[in-house]
Amino acid sequence: MILGRVGQTGWVIRSKSRSLLGRLSVLRAGSIADPLERDLVGVLGAGRVEAGAGAQSLYSHDGSVTRGGRAGIICFPETTAEVAACVSTAVRHGRPFVPRGAGTGLSGGAVPCDEPVMVVTTRMDTIHEVDVDRRLAWVGPGVVNLDLSRHLEGTGLHFAPDPSSQQACTIGGNVANNSGGPHCLLYGVTTAHVLAVEVVLPDGEVVVLGAEEGRAAGYDLRGAFVGGEGTLGIATKICVRLTEDPPEVATLLLDFDLVAGAADTVSAVIAAGIVPAALEIMDQRVVEAVEPFVHAGYPLDAAAVLIVELDGLPAGVAEAIARIETIGTAHGARTVRVAADEDERARIWKGRKSAFGAIAVIKPDYYLNDTVIPRTRLAEVLARVYEVIEERDLIVMNVFHAGDGNLHPLIVFDAREPGVMERVLDAGEEIVRISVEAGGVLSGEHGIGLEKKRFMSMQFSPADLEAQDRLRRAFDVEGLANPAKVLPTGASCGHVTSLGRAPDGTWV
Amino acid sequence: MIDMTAFRDEVGDVGSVCVRGGGTRWTVGGPVGDSVGDLADGPSDVRSVSAPTGIESIQPAEMTVVVGAGTTVADLASALAEHGQEVALDGPVNATVGGSLMVGRNSLRRGRLGEVADVLLQADCVGADGQAFTAGGPTVKNVTGFDLCRLLVGSLGTLALVGRVILRTRPVPEAGTWMSGEVATGPVVDAVYRPATVLWDGLRTTVRIEGDGADVAHEKRILEGLGLTETAEPVLPAEWDRWSGTLPVGGVRAVGAGVVHRPDPVGPPEVAAGVRALGDRMRDSFDPSRRLNPGRDPQRMTA
Repeated sequence: MILGRVGQTGWVIRSKSRSLLGRLSVLRAGSIADPLERDLVGVLGAGRVEAGAGAQSLYSHDGSVTRGGRAGIICFPETTAEVAACVSTAVRHGRPFVPRGAGTGLSGGAVPCDEPVMVVTTRMDTIHEVDVDRRLAWVGPGVVNLDLSRHLEGTGLHFAPDPSSQQACTIGGNVANNSGGPHCLLYGVTTAHVLAVEVVLPDGEVVVLGAEEGRAAGYDLRGAFVGGEGTLGIATKICVRLTEDPPEVATLLLDFDLVAGAADTVSAVIAAGIVPAALEIMDQRVVEAVEPFVHAGYPLDAAAVLIVELDGLPAGVAEAIARIETIGTAHGARTVRVAADEDERARIWKGRKSAFGAIAVIKPDYYLNDTVIPRTRLAEVLARVYEVIEERDLIVMNVFHAGDGNLHPLIVFDAREPGVMERVLDAGEEIVRISVEAGGVLSGEHGIGLEKKRFMSMQFSPADLEAQDRLRRAFDVEGLANPAKVLPTGASCGHVTSLGRAPDGTWV
Repeated sequence: MIDMTAFRDEVGDVGSVCVRGGGTRWTVGGPVGDSVGDLADGPSDVRSVSAPTGIESIQPAEMTVVVGAGTTVADLASALAEHGQEVALDGPVNATVGGSLMVGRNSLRRGRLGEVADVLLQADCVGADGQAFTAGGPTVKNVTGFDLCRLLVGSLGTLALVGRVILRTRPVPEAGTWMSGEVATGPVVDAVYRPATVLWDGLRTTVRIEGDGADVAHEKRILEGLGLTETAEPVLPAEWDRWSGTLPVGGVRAVGAGVVHRPDPVGPPEVAAGVRALGDRMRDSFDPSRRLNPGRDPQRMTA
């Protein structure tokens, strides 16, 4: 069943106005001094090319704390051909380009270095096709993550990756960052849900990587592209896998006197052969900040709460609830609450998903980390994280994807306090070091971008990094696609500072 | 600990090398050049090397296993079964872990077991320059740097040679059964939740359901109501093809998997020119002298 090509009428209207704009812009382009801007206006029309100081400032940062980059000319293409033309134009002028979606990234992947051409894909927000029978959809990169699942309501299908920014982040950005979310424990991160992707390569050529069904012939270039953080090209159309809605969903809330009890419950559940859809921990500081807003009934005196979501067929879910009650109790759970209805379920999740909006009541600034450790070492690594914070006289809040071992220590502080930035930075680096030494990795879902590339050598040898650079060079021979990101080698981004104030409305 | 040093030294940095495992790669695509058999047997100018064998650790609480790429899939499967785990690898009887990863064919049960592309978490490799390097990381969730692991899966050993790998495992489901009947696939797919397999031969739908014992029993009754009966695991033709919308004579389609099993060999795959050029650049980037597994080419063979 084809549900329809949403926005097709709008596209026709826009294309008419584009041709008029195009004629006007050719007239205007002649008066533009900068040859690159003149050519880009020739491609898109003056109305979709911005070069003013205000726009450049707006597009100089993303959801991360990295600051100081400066955008060059900002382009708003609406079609694959226009993206290809923007890229080709930038390359012809020897200028780098940076793809950008909603700008919710948390590692600085969309922060511009050296005044690149910014290729903003938010106007490519058409859901081109939904094929319910084959459980796939073709979408534009500018489609907002949650908008796709809302569009699918009533079909019995949804798009599984659910980053906490899902009401704002775009699917193009999800592809670039290989985004995660709470339910990726069972369903996998974005790459497991991208069947094929139409890409404008850094030389301007358009290719389709992957296949609608099964593995494409040849190398898995789709797999190589996803998570490329905009350094391998620009996704212009994405074929996503749609996941069947589970017939039964149960959400449990367990609370503990010790954080270690919650952590040990997580690995015991997995060791028992149960793979829940989600396993999320929030520590006491988070619960204290969130409960007054959401009234989810989180116990304020608990050291940690554990949210467990189980889905599937009814008997399996019921069996898993019983086993998790036993496992949790054996590890010190004081109560095990099973959400009685959809309303209670929604409130438990609202607390988790809005956790980062509530922290402003504690301190005005925060620095968020994202590392992964083996889940069996959660308790000991969390204990070390609290020590690191205490030693530096800071405050940390922990709310994270425990089932994956994906830590999100959030250091809250007031940047006006003298010397605090140095302590925050030092603590962040130490947490990364502890995670890697525990057998973990630098990032579970936020990516490397600018923020973490200086840490890459903690996890990788020069030969490891060279192998990654071989992959990058095959896609981007000239090195003009989002340069200075991910790998610590190559171009630098000298003007960018590594820490600033996180913008309002940042999610994790 | 699995020793990568000996493997690295064996591969070296000059001369063509061909990995000798269970022969899985040689089931791909039919003869290339003079003779696949000659290459498989190791002609004088191609050195044969073997990846390390053995299981270093099985960790059900992490859902991971650390294993030498030369270990057979069968040995790995029986060791994992003792811990109630399994891994989404597939291949012929003697297939090794490395061969199965390098060919990248998915298990018939991929709807529940998962895909090979999602299995490889970390690979300790030897590159064409003789340097050892590590792709990916040891944890089940990881987006650090570029995704070399997915690039390696299905690469037929033409980008690097894998020696020691960390794989994602899954708990073995409590129950499972095969059901078959002369019914269209649509009603069957609609009647069950996340089937492991749905096969269509033009006449019969065959489905594998897995999970909790009571749930499987319940779905089995529903399928019986549609006219399906319990059956043994089907034996399918070995040759694989990509689903093109038409079922070939004697073929069996794995619905939703993009795969057709068929008795007659198929020609080389169709790879668009731009994609092929990118793939060729990838190979040039990793192995400019084409010394790794000569005669194998995923862009010109059907796996």
